[in-house]
Amino acid sequence: MSDARRILVGPFNRVEGDLEVDLDVVAGRVEAARVSSPLYRGFEQIMEGKHPHDAMVLVPRICGICSVSQSAAVAAALRDATGLIAPPNGERVANLVLAAENLADHLTHFYLFFMPDFARDAYRRRSWFDDARQRFKAVEGSAPAAVLPARAAFLHLTGMLSGKWPHTLALQPGGASRAVAANEKVRLLTLLRAFRSWLEQTLFGAPLEEISAIASSDALHAWAQQRAADASDFARFLAIARELGLQRLGRGSELYLAFGAYEIEGRHLFARGVRGVGEAGRAFDPAEITEDVSHAWLMDDEARHPLHGRTLPLLDKPDAYTWCKAPRLAGEVAECGALARQFVAGHPLIVDVVTRDGGSVFARVLARLLELALVVPAMERWVREIRPGEHFCVHGELPDEASGVGLVEAARGALGHWLVIRRGRVGSYQIVAPTTWNFSPRDRAGVPGALEQALVGAPVGDNETVPLAVQHIVRSFDPCMVCTVH
Amino acid sequence: MNLLWLQSGGCGGCTMSLLCHEPGDVVGVLRDGDLELLWHPALSEATGSEAVDILRACIERRTPLDVLCVEGALLRGPGGSGRFHMLAGTGRPMIDWVVELAAVARYVVAVGSCAAFGGVCGAGPNPTEACGLQFEDEHPGGLLGPQFRATSGMQVINVAGCPTHPGWVVETLLALAMGEFGPDDLDAFGRPRFYAEQLVHHGCNRNEYYEFKAAARHISELGCLMENLGCKGTQAHADCNVRPWNGTGSCTTGGYSCIGCTEPGFEEPGHPFAQTPKVAGIPIGLPSDMPKAWFVALAALSKSATPQRVRANATSDHALVPPAIRQTRFKGSR
Repeated sequence: MSDARRILVGPFNRVEGDLEVDLDVVAGRVEAARVSSPLYRGFEQIMEGKHPHDAMVLVPRICGICSVSQSAAVAAALRDATGLIAPPNGERVANLVLAAENLADHLTHFYLFFMPDFARDAYRRRSWFDDARQRFKAVEGSAPAAVLPARAAFLHLTGMLSGKWPHTLALQPGGASRAVAANEKVRLLTLLRAFRSWLEQTLFGAPLEEISAIASSDALHAWAQQRAADASDFARFLAIARELGLQRLGRGSELYLAFGAYEIEGRHLFARGVRGVGEAGRAFDPAEITEDVSHAWLMDDEARHPLHGRTLPLLDKPDAYTWCKAPRLAGEVAECGALARQFVAGHPLIVDVVTRDGGSVFARVLARLLELALVVPAMERWVREIRPGEHFCVHGELPDEASGVGLVEAARGALGHWLVIRRGRVGSYQIVAPTTWNFSPRDRAGVPGALEQALVGAPVGDNETVPLAVQHIVRSFDPCMVCTVH
Repeated sequence: MNLLWLQSGGCGGCTMSLLCHEPGDVVGVLRDGDLELLWHPALSEATGSEAVDILRACIERRTPLDVLCVEGALLRGPGGSGRFHMLAGTGRPMIDWVVELAAVARYVVAVGSCAAFGGVCGAGPNPTEACGLQFEDEHPGGLLGPQFRATSGMQVINVAGCPTHPGWVVETLLALAMGEFGPDDLDAFGRPRFYAEQLVHHGCNRNEYYEFKAAARHISELGCLMENLGCKGTQAHADCNVRPWNGTGSCTTGGYSCIGCTEPGFEEPGHPFAQTPKVAGIPIGLPSDMPKAWFVALAALSKSATPQRVRANATSDHALVPPAIRQTRFKGSR
């Protein structure tokens, strides 16, 4: 066929880490995609034989953008292995630090990674182009200059509660390392108020509670109609997304997985579960997870549960095209992230958007912005609930033989750590990161991963070497490649 | 000056830290400091073949490359092939790209302990044969070799740290752009002296506990972290407690020990990170510049003089006993 061609896109930037996307294009559409994670560092090999607590130092250094999420998962796995129960203060401080990272990541993604593509010259004939270019142009736009100081000021929360960001040891198996005094609650609330104000004035142009109360696609459209397209960055996004039909772009596998986010006293702020479109959702069973390495540069083996997982590099392997394993849930491909989290949690706007048009580029970005509106009020509540003078951390002896599981929600979705302790040392440490799910390769049945499915059908212009639609779809997942393969 | 930034065997955390630079926005700060970003993996518009063209233009000297920043370790494995990181879209090992680009750069900057010394990827069995640009742990060599000099004549500048403080990176880059940074500004490990000739101990919020050897037993307690919890603050070269992180922070103010992340080989301390190795009850890693006999004598003396307040607070996560109120004015002054 004369109009069939193959496009290799890499280095695919404005994602965290290095990424290559290999596309078969037929008649102006992506017919098949192979997603490759080209960097391998061997953290799971490095961890074997270490003192289990050393995981607190080493494992979060997998990732500089999801570092606290990795810390939270390490702490949860060690907590599980030790049988500790973190005190209420410790849970709140740990969740504040985790939320600060997750929200800062959502902001970074929207302003620095995703929106700059709408300022590309290819869109110069669009009515909104001049405004988008002035606002979102990579490096030069007014938005990067505005968001970076706001983000840095918000991350002062980590300076106070976790010493620094990224890479902290503040999230401990028994709680949090840093006690908070009464006057520091005031400082934290002041800091959160400043961040809320920036979001309300610059990002949304509306109170956070007004945004999180929008309950349907129609209500969202009506909300947007009531204001100018350049009234706020959210309004800009809605106008661009509507004109370009981003709700029809990049539909994935549409089985959504969430491990449950921000657990305090046994309850999650956003629920744990599994849910397909048109379904009510079901409970998540960690025993249903397997990882397949049939298309990874790893020693071939049966699909294994992470507690029995292995990571042994093997480069020259005919069908392999990535270092990424293929996680499956009861054999199925699942997508995770803010969209999955809000769909599983049942936020009415996200449920309506997904039910109407499926999980799309638009839905993924919308869910992230919605979380900024939902989580800041929760953070304000957690600060108020801190009780100075009571414990923030408890301590216990690690058993010589144990196993532990840490399941948390990173900004990008479901993150799991599976730790086995043998004779007081790490016998095995296996990690399944959010982008491992989303950027999974094919499994041994040949079923492509979530992004690989989402890219099929994407339009590719005759002269495009780095197709724009492909860039929107890939970046809508907010991939973290350094987590994907660790 | 043109600045090109590449990432390899690391976590991207030094870039994330850099974005926390204050005051202002770091992109504007660099631009105002006469540093033009040719390409940065997290920030630039160019992607795929557009980005590869930028790298080629530098190698072919069509675009002058003034500063090459490398973040992340250089992965030589398996078997020296570099295939643990093939730069996406190019089918070539990243180490080959780095060697070619370093050869045409006026200055080469290793951003973070991974690019400087190998860092965390080199821990355990070092499965990827990770090393730094010009060091492998404390040994000169690394990817480029001990004799390497950038076209300016300078060795690799090692802005070590895991992550690096945004101020360390920005001040190094801006000083280069001003023409006010040379070989004499580096210490023996190639680190900028302005931050590496200080100790994390300087300005530590736990100094009173250190003075009286009032030790914390567990992470989260207020006492000195050196005796029991593996703290390297008295030996680690950095200004972390003078130059705050993310507004007001540091590892020791965050409630946990310094792990010496600016030092080559920090990833393999030879003991669990949060446990101080001791011989006959005395920590092996003594403070820099301190003779052992004096340390032992002073520690015994100061322990015997520890105020009750300091002793009580050292093992609590918040102060139990406040300092006594004293008349600070000299009585004869009125």
